[in-house]
Formats: sequence, C-alpha cells, structure tokens
Amino acid sequence: MGKALQNEAMNIDVQTMIENKRKKKSVSGKLEKLIPAFLFLCAAVSVLTTAGILFTLLRESITFFSNTSIIDFYTGTQWSPWTGHFGVLPLITGTLLITLIAAIVAIPLGLMSAIFLSEYASDRVRKIIKPTLEVLAGIPTVVYGFFALTFVTPLLKTFIPGLGIFNALSAGIVVGIMIIPMIASLSEDAMNSVPNKLREGALALGATRLEVALKVVLPAAFSGIVASIVLAVSRAIGETMIVVIAAGASPALTFDPTRSIQTLTAFIVQGATGDTTFGSTIYYSIYAVGATLFVFTLLMNMLSQYISSKFREEY
Amino acid sequence: MNTLMKQKKVDNKTSVKTDKKEIKHTKSEAAMDKNVFEVNNLNLWYGNDQALYEINMNVPQNKVTAIIGPSGCGKSTYLKTLNRMVEMVPIVKTSGSIKYNGEDIFSDKHSVEGLRTKVGMVFQKPNPFPKSIYDNIAYGPRIHGVKKKAVLDQIVEKSLRDAAIWDEVKDRLNENAFGLSGGQQQRICIARALAIEPDVILMDEPTSALDPISTLKVEELVQELKKKYSIIIVTHNMQQAARISDKTAFFLNGELIEFAETDKLFSNPSDKRTEDYISGRFG
Amino acid sequence: MLGIDQKNILKRIRGRVLLNNVLKGLFFASTTIGLIFLALLLYRILTQGIGYLNSGFITSFPAPYPEEAGIFAGLIGSLLMIAIVAPVAIILGVGTAIFLEEYAYKNRWTKFIQINIQNLAGVPSIVYGLLGLTFFVYMLRLGYTLLAGGLTMSLLVLPVIVVAAQEAIRSVPSDIKEASYGMGASKWQTIRRVILPAALPGILTGTILALSRAIGETAPLIIVGAATALYTLPDSLLSKYTVMPIQIFNWTGRPQEEWQFVAAAGILVLLIVLLFMNAIAVFIRNKFQKRY
Repeated sequence: MGKALQNEAMNIDVQTMIENKRKKKSVSGKLEKLIPAFLFLCAAVSVLTTAGILFTLLRESITFFSNTSIIDFYTGTQWSPWTGHFGVLPLITGTLLITLIAAIVAIPLGLMSAIFLSEYASDRVRKIIKPTLEVLAGIPTVVYGFFALTFVTPLLKTFIPGLGIFNALSAGIVVGIMIIPMIASLSEDAMNSVPNKLREGALALGATRLEVALKVVLPAAFSGIVASIVLAVSRAIGETMIVVIAAGASPALTFDPTRSIQTLTAFIVQGATGDTTFGSTIYYSIYAVGATLFVFTLLMNMLSQYISSKFREEY
Repeated sequence: MNTLMKQKKVDNKTSVKTDKKEIKHTKSEAAMDKNVFEVNNLNLWYGNDQALYEINMNVPQNKVTAIIGPSGCGKSTYLKTLNRMVEMVPIVKTSGSIKYNGEDIFSDKHSVEGLRTKVGMVFQKPNPFPKSIYDNIAYGPRIHGVKKKAVLDQIVEKSLRDAAIWDEVKDRLNENAFGLSGGQQQRICIARALAIEPDVILMDEPTSALDPISTLKVEELVQELKKKYSIIIVTHNMQQAARISDKTAFFLNGELIEFAETDKLFSNPSDKRTEDYISGRFG
Repeated sequence: MLGIDQKNILKRIRGRVLLNNVLKGLFFASTTIGLIFLALLLYRILTQGIGYLNSGFITSFPAPYPEEAGIFAGLIGSLLMIAIVAPVAIILGVGTAIFLEEYAYKNRWTKFIQINIQNLAGVPSIVYGLLGLTFFVYMLRLGYTLLAGGLTMSLLVLPVIVVAAQEAIRSVPSDIKEASYGMGASKWQTIRRVILPAALPGILTGTILALSRAIGETAPLIIVGAATALYTLPDSLLSKYTVMPIQIFNWTGRPQEEWQFVAAAGILVLLIVLLFMNAIAVFIRNKFQKRY
C-alpha cells in the first residue's frame, strides 16, 4: 500500500515536472519551428547542384558554340584543339571503344558471378565472396590506371607484340574489371529478391539449378539485371583516370583496340591541366565535351531508372 | 508399371545386373502390396535439432494418404523429405532409408532431378511463375525436352482438364497466371505438377491459403486424381483428412504416432495421443 | 500416356545434370576471375612499393630523385580534405535525408528531389570538377585552393550520403517512433532522441564509405587545380594543396622505372588509409547491427 502511495506521488511529480519544462521550453519550441526550414535548405542544395551543373555546362558550351559551329563539332573527324580542329567524333569513338571492351569483359563475368552467388553458393561462401568482390569497387581508379599501365599492358604485349604502351585494350579491360562488382552485386540483389517459392516450384518439377536460374530467376529478375548493366556501362563511359593513364592522349577515329586513343573524359583532364587559360577557346571546349559526356551518362542513368521502375516485378 | 528406377536400369546396357534388380524388385513389390514409398528408421536433423525420430511408414500406391498433426510436429518436413526438397535448407542431415519403388532415394546413383520428375509437389501457397498460364504448365515438359508446339498444346489442355480448371482459363491461356484468384492459382500449380505425369503428388497443406469454395474444388480434384496418382497430403484440417484420405498418419513432436486406415484412425484410434488430438484436446 | 516419352526423359536427365554441373564450374570460375585480379593487383603493388615505403617516404615532400620523394604533403592534404568534406557533406546529407523521410509530403516535388539525387549519384566525377572550376574557383573567386577542392568533393559525395542516411532512417521500425509520439514527444524530439540514434550506425557506415570514395578520387581535383608538387603544408583554407591520388598520378606518368615504385609506395599508403576507414565502417556495422 505504501508503494502505491509513493507511485501516485511520483506520478504527480512527473506530470508537474513535464508541465514546468514545457513552459521553459517555449523558446526552444520556437527554434524547433525553424528546423523544417533548415532541413529544406539542405535538400535544396542537391537540386541547386543539378541546376549548377546544367547552368555551368550550358553557359560555357554556348560560348564555345558561338565561335565554333555545333554541326562541325559533332560531325568533325579531327580533334586537335591546339591547331584549331574541334571535331568531337574521335573522342566519342574513343569513349565507345573503351565502353565496348569494358562491357564485353564485365557483362558476362558479372552476370555469371551473380548467378553463382545467388543460385549456387552457400550462405557462407556468399558472405565471403560478395564483400571481397565489392572491394574491387572501392579501389581508387588511379590505382587501376597504374596497374593497367604497369602490369596489364606489358602482360598483353607478350600476346600482342604490336600493342602500344598506351592502348584502348588494356584500359578497356581494366575498366571492365572495375565495373564487375557493380553488375554482380546489383544483379545478385535483383535475383535474390525473386521469392524462393518460385525456385521451389521449378525444383519440384525436376528442374536442375541451371534451369531454375536461366528459366525462372533470370526472367523474373530481368529488369533489375538490365538496370544494373546500364548503370555499370554509364560508369564506364564516365571513367576518367584509368583511360588518362593507360589509354594515352591521341584522339583517333579508330576501333583498333591496340592503338592509343583519347576519350571525352581524358580530354577534359588534358585540357584542364595544360596551359589552358581561362576564357580561351580550349577552355570553353572542355565544357562542350563535358556537356556531351553529361548527356550520354544522364540518358543511361534515366534509362536504368526507367527500366527498374517500369518493369518492376510484383510477386 | 513404369517406374523410375527400373527404367534407369533398362537404359543401362549392363543387362545382367538389370535383370537381377528387376527380379528382386518385382518380388518386393508383390510382398509389400504395392507401396510407392518404404520409409525405414528415418531420422532428420536441422543442425543439432532433431525434427524427425525413427519414422517407419509404407505409403500405398494409388491411394490418398493424409498426414495430420499439430504445428511443428514435422509433418511438412517429412513430406519434403520424400522428394528431397528438404535439402533446400543446407544444414539438414538425415539417417535411415527411404525407398521409392524399391530404390533408395538418397543413393548417389540417381539424380534428385529424376526423383522429382516422378514425385511431384504442390505447395502450401500457390507459387505460379510470373509467366502466362500456358508457359506455367509447359514449363515442366519443356525442361524435359518436349519442344513441339502441338504436343505441348495437348499436354497443357490435358493437364488443365485433369486439374479441373480448363473451362475457367481456356480463353486466356496467354494471360499472366498472377491475374487468377488464389484458388485458381493453386489448381494451375496442380496442373503444372500433372503436366510431367508423375507417379506421386505430394501436397503440403494445399488448401490452407484458400477460401472454402476453392478448398472444396481442390478436395474434389484430389478424389479424382487418386485414380491415376498416389497422393500424399499434409493437412492441419482433420475433417479434410477424414473426407478425402484412405489412410491417415498422425505425427507428434517428430514421431509417427499412428498410421492406419482413415476410418479406423478417426473412429477407433489405438493410441491415447491420437485420440486426444482428434478429439481436440491439443493442437 | 500422352505426349511425353518417359524413357526419353530419363535419358535426358543425365545430360541436363551434367550441363548443370559444367556451368556451375564455369560460373564459379567467372566469380574467381574478379578475385584473382584483386589478389594480383594487391600483390603487385605490395611487392613494388614495399621497398620505398618507410618513415622517410611518409614524412618527406616531393623531390627530384625517387629515393628522396615522399607523400607527406599528399597525406596531410587528403586528411585536411576529409576534415572539410565530412562536416559539410554530413550536415547537408543527413539533413536532406531527414527532410525527405520525415518532413516532406509525398508529392511531386519530393519525388523530383529524389530522382534528382539518384541522377546526381550517376554523374561522372569529372563533371563535378567542371562545376567546381566554374562555380567555386572562378565565380566565387576561391582559386585553386583547399576550400574550393573540399567543397567540390562535398557535392560529389553528397548523394551517396543522402541515400545511405535515407535507408538507415527508413529501417528504423515505426513502432518505436510511435512509442515516442505516444508519450507526447514532438516531431523533432522524436527524430533527435529516437530516430537518429537508431539510424546512426547505418548513417555512419554509409558516410565513411562515401568519405573513402572522396579520398580516392583524382579527376575532379585535377580540374579544380590541386597542385602536383607542393613543398609546404597548407596553412589555411585558402592555401594551395595536393592529395595522395594526385601525387600518385604524377609519379605514374614519369618515364623512369624507379618512379613506378614510388607510385606503388604511394598507393600502399593510400590503400592503408582506405583499409583503416573501411575497417571502422565494418566495425560499426557489426557492433550495432540488428538491435531490433
């Protein structure tokens, strides 16, 4: 009984304390009303960043195109800014060549890794291999570039004697290795989210693991897999350091992977590190190239989002 | 009778061995009065937890065998052991033997895929593939090598008719199976199992996710199917077991307590625990 | 029986099982290629760089001779860079995440911001460099300074932190939020005392991973003018600066073979810093995982 009384006393106390506190807190209460506004400003920064990117690329590109014809820019086959030739096609083909080689390396390897991890590996094996594979994604690209130049190129040279020190093949392969974990990891996530009851249904009909993977899981996870591939390809398009270090700086309208080429990204680095002065034509050309790159990757990213939202499977 | 194991042997060109096996095989069949499954001293563990204890049970052919018992008694685990689906859980260990038509199902000589081709399964929740109705039914025949459209058409129609759903879906075979009601989906899954013409159909509480009318349809279907197939059905619903089965097994805490003719088990159980369960004292 | 030749089925099973096993081997081999590449890369860099990695290398400024060159300026520059990026990006990123998850109405604007953040995460890092060059270096007249570099990097990692923080906040179970509101707590009290503490491990893990990305980035800092050779440490936000990846890039481009070893030693220092940060992230994740 004594305890009950005590409790009651305490109850009153706590309620009074809360009441007192509430009165004191009216100042901080007013401050609290400012919080949503502050948080909104934080969120606005990301929108402003996008606006800033668009504005920057657009303004400087427009200045560039007031001096150089936009048609010549996108149809010209010679990129030699220091002699006044601004035909961007060699940079685009260089980018496409790197992306193509990377895709040839990464798509099969990434998908097969995803199938292995999702459909064959035990939980324990998956828990070891998946994070280890993801380490590949965390290695700085300058390190990949160094490795491509000092190891992969000499190694390839033993098979292809005509290979230059700087070449698209080595850079493309290493870019491909870099995006493997992206495809493997995201595709594995998509395949993992296919419910187990579908696998059971097929296994109970006498299907092998392979048939379950190819005929049940892959179709069901298709949109997620395609989205991961598109995202990875977009990453390859925007990759900079590996190609700067290993592919050289010779813009060439070629699909010969043994030659040195230059990509859109690599030119931006070259243009910004050379003796480029603010306001020169070359300075503005960097932005025209950057805008081209931005449009490429933006389209790929939007495609990826469209695929994964449009074709989302409901189970 | 076409059995899995016999055929595998026939395919083998070592004919001397084959003959021996067949003789032995026929003998045991005659002695056992046609059992599809002979289970002896089966124990099963999930890691260190034992889930099944010393199960001995012969499942008769072309009959409906019901398995009843309270939740967690091991009845589903037991059912999934019969087509080795239980091995989806990697930590499972078993001891003892299960013979399907006289051959050990755990033997390395036979593939688990071959077993499942002969021992089909229908799951607790309907699990159609996210494909058209037609492709769902054709999935099994296709993986087993049937490619001709005309043959597939025939199989699909026959399976859907056998599963008593043909009339409801014949005009929309190319629609996604997800658009059907739960009861229809479950009968699609049954049709999918029938399409590869198994000998045995395992049913794991096939009506637990269905409404009463769909349940009734599935029950009628089971009666129809037993003319051609041996059916083993796990159910938590004792009335259902009494209505549709020929023999009933009662499981409790991982043990097979009693296995008898359904009429006898429900009217005159020989074990006190069975009596307690069917009269509703626990479970 | 109809349609299916039972004998044929059983014949085919052996072939199908064989195919399954062969392809399983192929899938496994493909998985190991990535792992082998990783092992090879680490092994090569370790054997190349270990000879040059000593206390002198860590405490020296750049030098014209490989034996005397060091990464001190880059190491300190990278750490200073993190000191700028961490507060800016965390406040902006977590603030955005709280706004989107707890305050914003689920309308078209919110969806727009969300899609916008997703797209920002996919913009190539070098484009951020161009933004920084125009906006921070020229328009705000910050020049080629530590602050301009740091702000550029903050914008670069912002989307990553927002997404990580959103996921962490979303995974806080709603019943503990309801418990807090049920006792009369205000929205901000609930966020500050219940949601943020519960989401903190996830936010921290995501943030550390984002910061380790910032440490390894090279391209945008080349654009916004990080110095390739620096003989003094930055003494203010408006000083010239360099970072480890820039120094490594510079060494990689030199023709004499010794510089490759110097570059490898620099990579080792960079990787050790990254390893250390990732270890912290893993530690936080394991220590606080699944408390609900």
